[in-house]
Amino acid sequence: MTTATIWIVIIGLGIGTYLIRFSFLGLIGGRELPEWVLRHLRYVAVGVMPALITPLVIWPDATGGEPDPSRLIAALAAFLVGIKTNSVVGAIVAGMVALYGIQYLLN
Amino acid sequence: MVVPFGLLFGVVATEAGLNLLETMSMTVLVIAGAAQFTALALLQDQAPTIVVILAALTVNLRMAMYSAALVPHLGKTSLRTRAFASYFMIDQTFAVSIKKYERNPHWGPSQKVAYYFGCTAALCPFWYGFSLIGALVGQSIPKEYSLDFAIPICFISLIAPMLRSLPHLIAALVSIVLALLLAWMPYNLWLVIAALFAMMAGAKTELWLAQRSTQS
Repeated sequence: MTTATIWIVIIGLGIGTYLIRFSFLGLIGGRELPEWVLRHLRYVAVGVMPALITPLVIWPDATGGEPDPSRLIAALAAFLVGIKTNSVVGAIVAGMVALYGIQYLLN
Repeated sequence: MVVPFGLLFGVVATEAGLNLLETMSMTVLVIAGAAQFTALALLQDQAPTIVVILAALTVNLRMAMYSAALVPHLGKTSLRTRAFASYFMIDQTFAVSIKKYERNPHWGPSQKVAYYFGCTAALCPFWYGFSLIGALVGQSIPKEYSLDFAIPICFISLIAPMLRSLPHLIAALVSIVLALLLAWMPYNLWLVIAALFAMMAGAKTELWLAQRSTQS
């Protein structure tokens, strides 16, 4: 890859990404959205993010795409603590402790 | 949670052969980790430039949905505010803000804007800073730290507390199942499709619960 290619990618990706982000917020602005649209938009975060991370949990790059018991259990620990206690920090701590704990036990 | 992501990007970009200026320009101009990783991987594979840009942009299509989801909250603010809010719209600022807005439905636009930029100030400097550190320290971070997995752990921790209502839980389940079933699709199309169906599932469940409670 040449320096020119890298810069074209950086600038093209920068502009394109900004336009995607600006799209609805910039163009619709303060106009009222219909109720059925609002109802769908309430589920954007819980619709996108589980799909985004599921492959990372089940087929992690670091293990060459092989499912890894310590990572699966760590994900489960973070999930259970998060949903039970409503605490983001608690869930992160639980997940990382489970990850390092199990890796330590298995080695 | 932007810490491990930023650090990893700095390391991976340097490994891929980008110099410090290129790495940091990408981090500041694009400010979207997953798309930056995609672009790097394709650049290393010698993919045509236009393919690199388009593939990385499809990874960011989810942000059009974030943009739409923020309209009810930030839509009534000035164009300048919305222009800045758009630049700083990353997974984490969006997720943290939306979670707070759902908990505090009485908040007015100015409070919502203040909270949004508060999140930005707490998150984005770390994204820049740790990309820089990653680019500088490079490969001296041992693989045993499993830094890669800090990213999913942080996302899970952010989302799990939102799943305490039935429609949210069902949307998340649909999202996970479709992500697995559609994983064969190219260009991250699976992500967009899984998200759209998950949103429909959540909205339908909400409607069904509302109808049931008015009937009984």
